[in-house]
Amino acid sequence: MTAPLLSLRGISKSYGQIHANRDIDLDVAPRSIHAILGENGAGKSTLMKLIYGVEQPDAGSATWKGEPLALASPADARRKGIGMVFQHFSLFETLTVVENIRLVVPGAKSDLAQGIRKLGRDFGLEVDPLAHVHSLSVGERQRVEIIRCLMTRPELLILDEPTSVLPPQSVDKLFETLRRLRDGGVSILFISHKLEEIRAVCDRATILRGGRITGHVDPRDHDAHDLARMMIGRDMPQPMPAVAHSGGEKRLEIVGLDHRPDDPFAVTLSDISLTVRAGEILGIAGISGNGQSELAALISGETVLPREKSERIFMMGKDVGVLDAAARRRLGFAFVPEERLGRGAVPEMSLVLNSLLTAHPSGLLKRGLVDTPRAKAFTEECIRQYDVRTPGSETEAGALSGGNLQKFIVGREIMLSPKLLFVAQPTWGVDIGAAAAIRRRLVALRNKGMGILVISEELEELFELCDSIQVIHQGRLSPPLVTRDTRPEEIGRYMIGAHTTAEKVPA
Amino acid sequence: MSALPLGFLPVLVRREHASLAIKLLAPPVALGLATLLNLGLYLLMGRDPVAVFHAMLLEPFLSWASFSEVLLKMGPLLLIAQGLAIGFRAKVFNIGAEGQFILGAIFASAIPIWLPQATGQWIWPSMLVLGALGGALWASLTAFWRVRLNANEILVSLMLALVAAQVLNYLLLGPWKDPAGFNFPQSVMFQYDAMVPILIPGTRVNVSLLIACALSLAAWLFMQRSFAGYKLQVGGLAPRAAAYAGFNEGRAIWISFLIGGFAAGLAGAAEVAGPLGQLQRSISTGYGYAAIIVAYLGGLHPIGIIFSALLMAALYIGGDNAMVSANLPVAAVRVFQGSLLLAYLVAIAFVRYRLEWRHAAQGSAP
Repeated sequence: MTAPLLSLRGISKSYGQIHANRDIDLDVAPRSIHAILGENGAGKSTLMKLIYGVEQPDAGSATWKGEPLALASPADARRKGIGMVFQHFSLFETLTVVENIRLVVPGAKSDLAQGIRKLGRDFGLEVDPLAHVHSLSVGERQRVEIIRCLMTRPELLILDEPTSVLPPQSVDKLFETLRRLRDGGVSILFISHKLEEIRAVCDRATILRGGRITGHVDPRDHDAHDLARMMIGRDMPQPMPAVAHSGGEKRLEIVGLDHRPDDPFAVTLSDISLTVRAGEILGIAGISGNGQSELAALISGETVLPREKSERIFMMGKDVGVLDAAARRRLGFAFVPEERLGRGAVPEMSLVLNSLLTAHPSGLLKRGLVDTPRAKAFTEECIRQYDVRTPGSETEAGALSGGNLQKFIVGREIMLSPKLLFVAQPTWGVDIGAAAAIRRRLVALRNKGMGILVISEELEELFELCDSIQVIHQGRLSPPLVTRDTRPEEIGRYMIGAHTTAEKVPA
Repeated sequence: MSALPLGFLPVLVRREHASLAIKLLAPPVALGLATLLNLGLYLLMGRDPVAVFHAMLLEPFLSWASFSEVLLKMGPLLLIAQGLAIGFRAKVFNIGAEGQFILGAIFASAIPIWLPQATGQWIWPSMLVLGALGGALWASLTAFWRVRLNANEILVSLMLALVAAQVLNYLLLGPWKDPAGFNFPQSVMFQYDAMVPILIPGTRVNVSLLIACALSLAAWLFMQRSFAGYKLQVGGLAPRAAAYAGFNEGRAIWISFLIGGFAAGLAGAAEVAGPLGQLQRSISTGYGYAAIIVAYLGGLHPIGIIFSALLMAALYIGGDNAMVSANLPVAAVRVFQGSLLLAYLVAIAFVRYRLEWRHAAQGSAP
């Protein structure tokens, strides 16, 4: 074996009582794609932060190209040739794409914009260099993050769950990118939950559980089932098969909705029609940035329709277009948004206070005051039922890992026992064990008669969950496609707009 | 890129979690820092810093007579700061409490000026209520334009404070001028029943201090325990989460301004119905602005604000002392207030961030 590019020995890191990493040994070979596998809270993100110099280890040593490595900061890491794309993005929303990149890459704006366009073409990471980041969807923001890293020409690139927001076509393209980067001499540390992906693209895999390493394997020698067992320490739960249903009452109906947002960079929605019935799961597929966030805000009531546009959105049979989010919730609507921190939860507040955010009508108040014992009981019930890994209900939401916070928010919304549940990206960043549990829970709720709407960029997830799927492309929605009569390729054609224009659109 | 020796400069690193101890430590450290800074300044001016320190920070607490004056000053500061802090927690910035204070004084004065012969114990409570309403009314002008047209509330409230000062001038130079007052810009002296009862005999401390303390308790209950207060805090910390939960932003702005205006108006009313006993131009001594410092120095927490109000009041009295005994200029108190706020802002930066001395980087930047 050649000398490793990066080598860790006995790395440990604790946060108070929690041992995030214990005695980690890891070798990353040059020109390799190395997967780090593990459940939420297994310590993957912490390990990456140590490698990238965001945090310093409590114990252990590292060598880089044979020389001792002590990183004081990410800037230090970048100088050494280590780049990282985070799961939570670190972009300035008020700046444009090229301005964000200029913060770490020197050069004239026009040259950088050219470079961005070129990388976009080469690697399928198309993004408008002059667009403001706040107007970009989550998927597009991640593309910016990846491009920013690539522009510093790293020798080791760390990708924290990079594929989670990409459509299938782009995932393949990204893998092609990664292979090309590897062949060009860049090693890649690849964090993912998606076992098939790891098998498809990675040369080596290191598996973490509970902060410790449980194995170094060649992922191509093991099937997904094996890897999953190493990761969660037990067999993977099987998704519950969906049972057939009869047409229930309409819980959500949107009729011919047109909407032009105030934000000039946002997607204009045109002629949106959909129906979610009781006992049914409707999925909305599409590449991010095609109007999903605009549609979600219109359904949730965060965007309220102008008064003259009545009879466009109905919930439980009522015209709700002009009602705000709280009024829609009172009708029996619950919503899990795409962004967890700052939207689905207040980072600086405890989980108890975050329960209050939407669960306050279910008996957590007493004469206008917060009923602390009941709020605490509600929160602890949610933590227990949805397997939220946290030291306790008084922990700040911002301290939870992305997947655990998602479990908390999904749990909180389900515990409201809504008639209509709307989930955007239900399992983004959630490990496979928990993701399967969430999906199973959604299917069980559907079987009990809940109407559920799911927006997801993961096709497999939609096929596993949904009774029918509609595809959003450039603000337009396809007709509903019954899932069991539809093939993923057909959805894929709708996703890139090939179905409507009947011509090949470069994706 | 020039190769500056950046490695030798300390870097601010955000703390994962700010501990309670450091949060509690920040205000006293800021006070110490501001005190040192100002004593240095007095030294430069050729004054004896020990004498100034004694006059300014110790004397207010050393005699009952001056301490009672501290309590008297504390009342309006405490009231206004409690009201403002609620809005500041919701990130609604009412900078114009001074104007709401003036309007409170004007509204309260209307009763004794228009009904100089009236008697009865109903007068002073009605004045306080009317004053509070006046302050809330003035604040609602800002709230209206903010909610309706998204006009910046900092600018609108601040400018309206200047307008309020001119309204006061107009009244005192015109319709409300005391006919027997030798043309001084002041109103008639109020009748006995228009005065807030004295709380501690032999001093000027009146019942309004008690009201301020009761409202502090109410503020604590509102911010720490009530759902309405919770909604305001969510709006301040994460506006998108507030929108997600369906907490109305416009309502948060209205509540913040009405509470802030109500408290400032009440303070204004208590000032004319208390130590002054008439409406005069000197009611506007900057309480509304000082209360902003009080609110932040108290960590925007109802309990903390009680202490910071006491401190700021002592500073006023001590400043007066120092002017007489140590020959300090009038601006000294303002300078101290300003440096206190500055020191606090520095201290609070270290509550959220810690300083890290990085090793010098090996190579230069790419």
